[in-house]
Amino acid sequence: MKPAPFTYHRPASLAEALTLLLRHGPAAKPLAGGQSLGPMLNMRLARPAHLVDLNDLIELDSLRVTEDTLEVGALTRHHRLANAPEVQRSLPLLGAAAASIGHYTIRQRGTIGGSLAHADPAAQLPLIAVTLGATLVISGPDGSREIAAADFLQSIMTVDLRDGELITAVRFPLPVGDLWAYEAFSRRHGDFALVSVALSFSRDAEGKIVALRLGLGGVDTVPLRLPEIEARGQGRLADENTIRDLAIATATAIAPEDSEQVPAVYRRELAETLVVRAFKAAVNREEGA
Amino acid sequence: MSAPTQDPLTLSLSVNGETHEVRVPARKLLSDVLRDDIGLTGTHVGCEHGVCGACTILIDGRPARACLTFAVQMEGHEVTTIEAVGRPDTLSALQQALHEEHGLQCGFCTPGIVVTFEHYLRENTNPTAEDVRDVLSGNLCRCTGYQNIVVAVLKAAARMRGELA
Ligand SMILES: Cc1cc2nc3c(=O)[nH]c(=O)nc-3n(C[C@H](O)[C@H](O)[C@H](O)COP(=O)(O)OP(=O)(O)OC[C@H]3O[C@@H](n4cnc5c(N)ncnc54)[C@H](O)[C@@H]3O)c2cc1C
Ligand code: FES
Ligand code: FES
Repeated sequence: MKPAPFTYHRPASLAEALTLLLRHGPAAKPLAGGQSLGPMLNMRLARPAHLVDLNDLIELDSLRVTEDTLEVGALTRHHRLANAPEVQRSLPLLGAAAASIGHYTIRQRGTIGGSLAHADPAAQLPLIAVTLGATLVISGPDGSREIAAADFLQSIMTVDLRDGELITAVRFPLPVGDLWAYEAFSRRHGDFALVSVALSFSRDAEGKIVALRLGLGGVDTVPLRLPEIEARGQGRLADENTIRDLAIATATAIAPEDSEQVPAVYRRELAETLVVRAFKAAVNREEGA
Repeated sequence: MSAPTQDPLTLSLSVNGETHEVRVPARKLLSDVLRDDIGLTGTHVGCEHGVCGACTILIDGRPARACLTFAVQMEGHEVTTIEAVGRPDTLSALQQALHEEHGLQCGFCTPGIVVTFEHYLRENTNPTAEDVRDVLSGNLCRCTGYQNIVVAVLKAAARMRGELA
């Protein structure tokens, strides 16, 4: 349980970090919070010859809210996302999801950039990013580019990140619906979720669902947004019947894989249950129940 | 540009307010450097992949896994370990409460739990039992069944607020 030898670099600026990454190509890995890469190094599942420590790039530990965007710098720790008033005001769903990541101590170090680059299919922040249509800002040798989170995440721990590139920020479009919920099921508190649901919507003057966003984690190789379920719910009352119908339709729409510990049918049933819970939590919170 | 570092490195680390010079390779975990090179064996090592919490220390005052940190990263930062908390004859409020409430048996997990909550109780001075359980989920204990740890943390919090003698 000790990492293989590597050369350690501690760049003082983004430009310096990019130069180092470009110079060492596939032999280099960026190190952010170390909460996923650390275990991989210790278990020798990763053995990069060069580690480029991003922790001095404090300009990437940032939150910026404008009229139509919440921009989160890549080095922003989960703990900050979970507690920042500007996140609670503009995008409480993101704050709540961040607050549920692993454990208190893990959240002090883990970053949003690391979570997206690591791309665990059950992770909270990739799910929220996909569900809300977030955009990643990526810097590399050819300058900077933007890519939708849903296109960036390609498969389990596989993302569209080329040698020499770094995620610098994640942009969440605003506003989103004022009703929201993040619901997840895991075997022990703080473990990665078996299935998770992110939900966001508003109700119009007649109480009908508008701007519905629904995403699921843990049911595929990447988090999934479900536009067909969103369309199905649009314009209906968020009552018992609608909620049940959308939950069953969700369970039918997904195709989770069988695994040794978790049969596919179990994940389907969890998805159905969690969609119901998410709608109820969202409505109850608004009604102060 | 900062020069790439060659093993072994000579590092100057600030731990519990004292400066230590060590010669270690870049790949050496902070937990191992604290224990082997600096001689502070209060930081325990259980899993070495971030799960058990036994190695929890503070970096610039905030809890972190020493097993997911390289010592070389700590140049320019302040590390605090369990050795900085209380004295055998003057325990911290949290240590005293753990002692009174039987919040430990073998004690293997205890340093990590104490370090975590010494910080947490400053951030949240009036936690609920549920809050305490949420934070405690990051520290595995094979002995106590956790109940007495929760009771002890709540008791320490009440004392620190001045509500309990
Ligand atoms: C006990 C434990 C429980 C956990 N539970 C959960 C959980 O329930 N849910 C959850 O989502 N996560 C969980 N995590 C993982 C945690 O959220 C990590 O913080 C996160 O997955 C990675 O972020 P990091 O900053 O630690 O990245 P690192 O570990 O430093 O890096 C992860 C990967 O991302 C790359 N990388 C980092 N930053 C960038 C960047 N800016 N640009 C490009 N590449 C980059 C690295 O090279 C590496 O490949 C848990 C971790 C532990 C140890
Ligand atoms: S030894 Fe570090 S968390 Fe277990
Ligand atoms: S007291 Fe033995 S592991 Fe907690």
